Amino acid sequence: MSVPTTSAAQKSAVFDAAKVRADFPILQELVRGKPLVYLDSAASTQKPRQVIETIDRYYRAENANIHRGVYYLSELATSKYEAARETVRRFLNAASTKEIIFTSGTTDSINLVAHSFGRAFVNEGDEIIISAMEHHSNIVPWQMLAEDRGAKIKVIPMNDAGELQLDALEGLFSSRTRLVAIVSVSNSLGTVNPVEDIIEMAHSQQVPVLLDAAQAVAHAPLDVQALDCDFLAFSAHKIFGPTGVGVLYGKQELLEQIPPYKGGGDMIREVTFEKTTYSELPSRFEAGTPNIAGVIGLGAALDYVESIGREQISTYEADLLAYGEAKLAAIDGVRIIGTASQKAGAISFVLEDVHPHDVGTFLDRQGVAIRVGHHCTQPVMDRFNIPATSRASIALYNEKSDYDALVEGLDEIIKVFRG
Amino acid sequence: MNELQELYQQIILDHNRNPKNFGPLDDATQQANGYNPLCGDKVKVYLMVKDGIVEDIRFEGSGCAISKASASVMTTVIKGKTVEEAKEMFESFQQMITSSPQEDVDLDAFGKLAVFAGVREFPSRVKCAGLPWHALTSALDGGEEVSTE
Ligand SMILES: Cc1ncc(COP(=O)(O)O)c(C=O)c1O
Repeated sequence: MSVPTTSAAQKSAVFDAAKVRADFPILQELVRGKPLVYLDSAASTQKPRQVIETIDRYYRAENANIHRGVYYLSELATSKYEAARETVRRFLNAASTKEIIFTSGTTDSINLVAHSFGRAFVNEGDEIIISAMEHHSNIVPWQMLAEDRGAKIKVIPMNDAGELQLDALEGLFSSRTRLVAIVSVSNSLGTVNPVEDIIEMAHSQQVPVLLDAAQAVAHAPLDVQALDCDFLAFSAHKIFGPTGVGVLYGKQELLEQIPPYKGGGDMIREVTFEKTTYSELPSRFEAGTPNIAGVIGLGAALDYVESIGREQISTYEADLLAYGEAKLAAIDGVRIIGTASQKAGAISFVLEDVHPHDVGTFLDRQGVAIRVGHHCTQPVMDRFNIPATSRASIALYNEKSDYDALVEGLDEIIKVFRG
Repeated sequence: MNELQELYQQIILDHNRNPKNFGPLDDATQQANGYNPLCGDKVKVYLMVKDGIVEDIRFEGSGCAISKASASVMTTVIKGKTVEEAKEMFESFQQMITSSPQEDVDLDAFGKLAVFAGVREFPSRVKCAGLPWHALTSALDGGEEVSTE
């Protein structure tokens, strides 16, 4: 057990939605003259004042470069930056802060693994397994690697409910499989994948697993040691932190076996023109001046989530999501895309006779922000034979009334379009 | 009329529901695809051009109400026009939909196309209205896939 922080100690047993909402200044804004109904947290979450104020304070009173100054401010900034690393470690329950690498986001984290793990372990004829519901950022880096190394990509299929078919995964493993890279929670379908089972299957074949936890982090507890995943990637902006910063967790023994990603300052021990030796973990993977304010802001965001309680968030959201799904499903002509038995965060749907783009424009004018399009998962759209979906996604600050506003907006659209 | 009603005028909704000249054109002399990667809208424009005149025009595809209605209205105004006239209409239409909503444009000069002036209030929807026209000019020039990006 780690020592509880002040904020974690203040955690209340019941989830107080009104109190949570009051923490997010943007929810008090009017959009197009109407109260904001924000249902696009899967794209990016809003920020609580605890995060905004932490970043503000950093720039007002604590700003300096880290890991180099001998003066007060630099030492302060360094200690705040490293304290955020410890916060992330605790949040993920990683064994060591050496396993926590700050990146610019999920995309950057996955590219780091594709590049560095790829250089160390992926050769001609080798295979990477991904799934049919990956975000483009967990497809394209592997395709680039495959092209570069002459490797192959294999894809775990999914059924009509948007659930991965694990029986098919069994047959995808071969002696050439080097990695399984899989999304924990789908951003376009809301599916919660059985990652424990996938990891167990992969490990029984001595294959490591990378989890794209971009959508998973904000919705439920996450424990990398219990999961036994080998890599895990997420973005701060999807868990109430700032944009431009993210995390790669990697098991120490794996990180030690792979070469650096980017070269530059901070990641070296000694540089001469003949040869450079690299520094220890984790700085070996953090070349250049990092996003210091962003990292500190991420720490504040994770503290915030822990102060609310991840179990509490998960329970609250499950109830909310079920409410939203029932309300949407009750609308004549709505078809929900992604009906997995386990879902979190997002509900994708199509409305008969109305294109998602028109749905998005209409709702926008009613102050309801949802995302329409392919959600960076074009293969998912192809799988369901649709060009796009409308997606309503929630976070801990949403309420049932947000779904009510969405449904009201959809009723209006139906009136106009069906005439 | 509010901006939404301005955008989704009855004429647009009608063309969306019952588009004109929808479907393939068997004796097409040229054709082109248009694709909007942002929303996945796809449109294919078929032309039958004889002696410099667009004798027939049809379209297929899937898209939002704005792009579908735009394609439908476009086919009705282009049929019978010369290639040169068609290109000029594209130019002036494109200019109109990308102009600022405050700008005074002579909408009467646009005839049936004037209903699309509403997109000027919706920057993210201008490409929807323009997509079929881009495919049209590409088809007039011989045909190839065009993207709105
Ligand atoms: C499942 C998933 N993976 C990866 C990403 C990419 O995250 P980022 O753009 O923050 O790098 C996203 C964000 O849209 C996502 O939802």
